[in-house]
Amino acid sequence: MVETFYEVMRRQGITRRSFLKFCSLTAASLGLGPSFVPKIAHAMETKPRTPVLWLHGLECTCCSESFIRSGHPLAKDAVLSMISLDYDDTIMTAAGHQAEAILEEVMTKYKGNYILAVEGNPPLNQEGMSCIIGGKPFLDQLKHVAKDCKAIISWGSCASWGCVQAAKPNPTQATPVHKVITDKPIIKVPGCPPIAEVMTGVITYMLTFDRIPELDRQGRPKMFYGQRIHDKCYRRPHFDAGQFAEAWDDEGSRKGYCLYKMGCKGPTTYNACSTVRWNGGVSFPIQSGHGCIGCSEDGFWDKGGFYDRVTDINAFGVESNADKIGMGTAGVVGAAVVAHAAVSAIKQTRQSRNKPGQDE
Amino acid sequence: MAAYETQGFKLDNSGKRVVVDPVTRIEGHMRVEVNLDANNVIRNAVSTGTMWRGLEVILKGRDPRDAWAFTERICGVCTGTHALTSVRAVEDALAIKIPENANSIRNIMQLTLQAHDHLVHFYHLHALDWVDVVSALSADPKKTSELAQSISSWPLSSPGYFRDIQNRLKKFVESGQLGPFMNGYWGNPAYKLPPEANLMAVTHYLEALDFQKDIVKIHTIYGGKNPHPNWLVGGVPCAINIHDTGAVGAINMERLNLVSYIIDRTIDFIDNVYIPDLLAIASFYKDWTHGGGLSSKSVLSYGDIPDKANDYSASNLLLPRGAIINGDLSKVHEVDLRDPNQVQEFVDHSWFKYEGGAAGKGLHPWDGETVPHYELGKNAKGSSTNIEQIDEGGKYSWIKAPRWKGHAMEVGPLSRYIIGYVQKNPEFKEPVDMVLKKLDLPLTALFSTLGRTAARGLEASWAAHKMRYFQDKLMANLKAGDLATANIDKWEPSTWPAEAKGVGFTEAPRGALAHWIRIKDTRIDNYQCVVPTTWNGSPRDTKGQIGAFEASLMNTPVAKADQPLEILRTLHSFDPCLACSTHVMAPDGAELTKVRVR
Repeated sequence: MVETFYEVMRRQGITRRSFLKFCSLTAASLGLGPSFVPKIAHAMETKPRTPVLWLHGLECTCCSESFIRSGHPLAKDAVLSMISLDYDDTIMTAAGHQAEAILEEVMTKYKGNYILAVEGNPPLNQEGMSCIIGGKPFLDQLKHVAKDCKAIISWGSCASWGCVQAAKPNPTQATPVHKVITDKPIIKVPGCPPIAEVMTGVITYMLTFDRIPELDRQGRPKMFYGQRIHDKCYRRPHFDAGQFAEAWDDEGSRKGYCLYKMGCKGPTTYNACSTVRWNGGVSFPIQSGHGCIGCSEDGFWDKGGFYDRVTDINAFGVESNADKIGMGTAGVVGAAVVAHAAVSAIKQTRQSRNKPGQDE
Repeated sequence: MAAYETQGFKLDNSGKRVVVDPVTRIEGHMRVEVNLDANNVIRNAVSTGTMWRGLEVILKGRDPRDAWAFTERICGVCTGTHALTSVRAVEDALAIKIPENANSIRNIMQLTLQAHDHLVHFYHLHALDWVDVVSALSADPKKTSELAQSISSWPLSSPGYFRDIQNRLKKFVESGQLGPFMNGYWGNPAYKLPPEANLMAVTHYLEALDFQKDIVKIHTIYGGKNPHPNWLVGGVPCAINIHDTGAVGAINMERLNLVSYIIDRTIDFIDNVYIPDLLAIASFYKDWTHGGGLSSKSVLSYGDIPDKANDYSASNLLLPRGAIINGDLSKVHEVDLRDPNQVQEFVDHSWFKYEGGAAGKGLHPWDGETVPHYELGKNAKGSSTNIEQIDEGGKYSWIKAPRWKGHAMEVGPLSRYIIGYVQKNPEFKEPVDMVLKKLDLPLTALFSTLGRTAARGLEASWAAHKMRYFQDKLMANLKAGDLATANIDKWEPSTWPAEAKGVGFTEAPRGALAHWIRIKDTRIDNYQCVVPTTWNGSPRDTKGQIGAFEASLMNTPVAKADQPLEILRTLHSFDPCLACSTHVMAPDGAELTKVRVR
C-alpha cells in the first residue's frame, strides 16, 4: 500500500478532525464549495506520491545538501512519504543506463504529472559539452525531461539566475532554466543555497494545495521572497538608531549593531533568512556577524564587492516589495541611510508618544 | 592502443567495454569506462570528468577578500573547505596573522565538515554499495535487535524499533514507488550482508539522515548558515561577547553551550553508530580485497588543523603531512607547495592545451596556464556531442593531471592515515591497529576499497574528538581574557604591496587541497586551485601513468557485467567530488577549441 498524504499527516500526529478542517480550508482557498471537501479528503487519502525528477547541471550540489537539512518536514519524510524522488543522481542507487531508464519510465507513466526539479544550469558554450550527461550535453537532458512535466522548480540561484559560473565573464555561458525552457510554469527558489525549510515548504505547499504558489514578477514565491531581509532583521532597530559596526571585531560588532556599513546586502535582498533563519532557526548570516551577501538576488556576484556599502538602498518602509524595487528606479544614493534613520527616528518618537512599546 | 604496463598495472583495452555514465551518488558529473576480460575482470579503466565551470577566470580582477565566497561555491558538499583554503592563501600572500580564537573556530568548522561529510558519505552515498535494501525486508527484527545490541550501546535498538522501520520500508517498497531505490542492484551476488545486518544499516541510514542536519548547526552558529557559511580574511566574522551588554548579538555563553552540546552528540553518534556499523559491515566483506590502486604505492597529504594559529609547519599540524612514493613506506618525503618542481599539472590527456605544446609539459600552479581544447581521440566512438566511447589514447577529461615530482598520487583519509601510521603518530596508528585486530586482518588489507572506507570512518571519529579539543581550547582562551576574533591591520587594500603571491592549503574531506593566488594592484591577477579529485580523478599523463580512480578499478572482478556495483563501490570509496575537480579555466577566458572526431 502507498503511504498517502493523509497517512503521513496522521503519523505526524495530526487528527482526523484537523485533517478534515484542513481539507475544507483547502476547498475554500481554491474557491470551491463545501461539497468538494469530501472529494479533496478522498484525494488526499488515496493519491500516490507525486514523482519528482531532480536533474543536476552545472552546480555545486549545495541545494541538495540544503534540502537534506530540512527539519520540518524531515528530509526523510519528504523523500519517503510526500514525494517520490525517482531521479536524483546525488542520492539514487542506480547508475549509468539503469539510471537513465528511470527517467524514461517515469516520463511515460506520469506524463504531464511529474515535477521537474532543476539544480544548476545548462552551459551553452562549447556546444553544451562542458556539462556532459550520458555522453550528451546536459541541455539535451533538461529539454527532454521538461517536455512532459507538470511544472519546473528552479532550485537555487544557479537554476534561477545563473549564479557563480554565470558571473562575469560567464565562460561557459551558463544559462538559467527559464531562458531555455519557455513553455512550462517555473517556480524559482533562489539562494545559494535556498533555506532548507523554504525548499520543503514550497514543495509541500504544491502538494497540499495542488497548485503553484503565487509568484512575484520575477517568478519567486511571494510567501518566502516577498520582503527584504532588512525589513525583518532583528538588528533593524540599530540601523534606525544609527548604531553600526564600523570594523571587524569592534565594539559595535560585539554588541550586535547593524552591519550596513560592513557591506550588508540585507537592504536589497529578498529572502526569508531574517525570519525563517537557517538550519532549524539556529541563526542566519547577520546574526553570526557577517553581512548578507545577497545570494538570492539575480547577478549578486557582479554587484560590487561583498564589503562595499550598498548605496542604492530604498529607504522607506516594509511596504515596498520586490516588484516595485525591481522596476529599477535610480534609488536614493549616499545620504539615504541618514535620511532613513532620521525618518525612522521621527516615526519612533511619534509612536512612542502615542503608544509606548508599539513596533513600527 | 597496445597493452602496456605502468605503476605495476598491466593495462589491456582489448576486452568488452562497459560504460557507466552518469556515475551517481557522487558530487558532480562523471563517466567511467572499463574493459573486462573473458572472466569479467577489469583490465583497463578510464575515468572522465564531465563538467567544467571556469571559476578561476571569473575570479580574475576581483577583490581578494571576496575570493572565499566564490571558491566556496566550487563545492556545496565539502562546503567551507575551499573558503578556508582561500582565506589562508590571501593571508599568506599579505602576511596577515589571525587571532588564536579565529584559529580555534576555523578548526572547529573544518572538523565539523570532516565529521558531517564522512558520515553523510558513508550512509547516503556509499552504504548502498554494501547494503541490500530489499534484503532488509526479510530480516527478523528480534535478531536485528540482538545484533545491534551486541555491537553497540546505542539505545535505539529494540525489536519494536526495528520492526517499525521494517514496516515502513515494506509499505514503501510495496507502493511500487521506490524513489531513490529504484533500479538498484538488489539481489546482486556481490551483496554479502545477512538480512539483519541490512535492516540495521538501513535503519541507521535513516537515523543518520535525521542527525546530520544537527552537526552542521555549528557552521550556522559561527558562520551564519550551512551550506556555505561565511568566512573572513584576517579571522572569523563572528565577534565574541561573553560579559557585557549586547552579548546576545554575538557569540555568547548560550551559543558556546549549543556548540558544545552538538559536539557531544556528534561524538556519541559517530562512536556508537557509525564506527560499529562500519566494523560490522566490513566483517562480511573481509575477502573483498580489491580497489587498492595507488594507495600502496603513492600517497600525498598536505596536512591541516594547525594547533597554534599562523604556524603551518608540519610539526604544528594535527593532520599529517608528507608524501610516500614507489611503495616505500620507510620514507615520508617533505612536501613544499612553493617548490616549482613538486606540484605540477599536465594536460596531455585533458581537454586543455599549453602554449608551445602540451606534450610532456608540467606547470606549477603559480605559473599555471590553462587553455581549454575539447577534442575526442581519433578512436572515440559517436560524435562530439554524443559520446558513445571515449578514446583514452587522446584527450578525454575535463580534469588535469597533477603530479608530485612526476608521480600520480592518491589523496584522502586513507592517504592521511597511511602517512600518520608510518610516522608512528599514535592518533592514527592505534585506531588502525584496533580495526585490523578486530577484523583479524594484516596491515596490507588497508590498501583496498574497504581500507579507504574504514580510514574515513576513523577520521570522522578523530575529527569529532578534535572538535571537543578546540572548543575547550577556545573556552580556555576566553577565560584568559582574550576575546579577539579578527585582525584588521591589513583589511584596507591601501596597506597591501603592489604585488604579492601566496598559497593556502587544507585537508578537505576528500584529500589534499590548495589554492595559489597572485595579487596585483589590490586585485586578483591569477588564481589556481588543485583539488583532491583532481589528484584522484586524474587522467593519464605523458608517460601513460594512470590516476588513482583508474588504478583502483584495475583487476577487480565484476559479478554481473551489466550491473556496475563493484565499480561504483570502489569509486565511491574515494568520495568523488567532480564540481571541485573540473572548475579550472583559462586565465584569459579563451574560447574552447573544438575538434571533430576524425
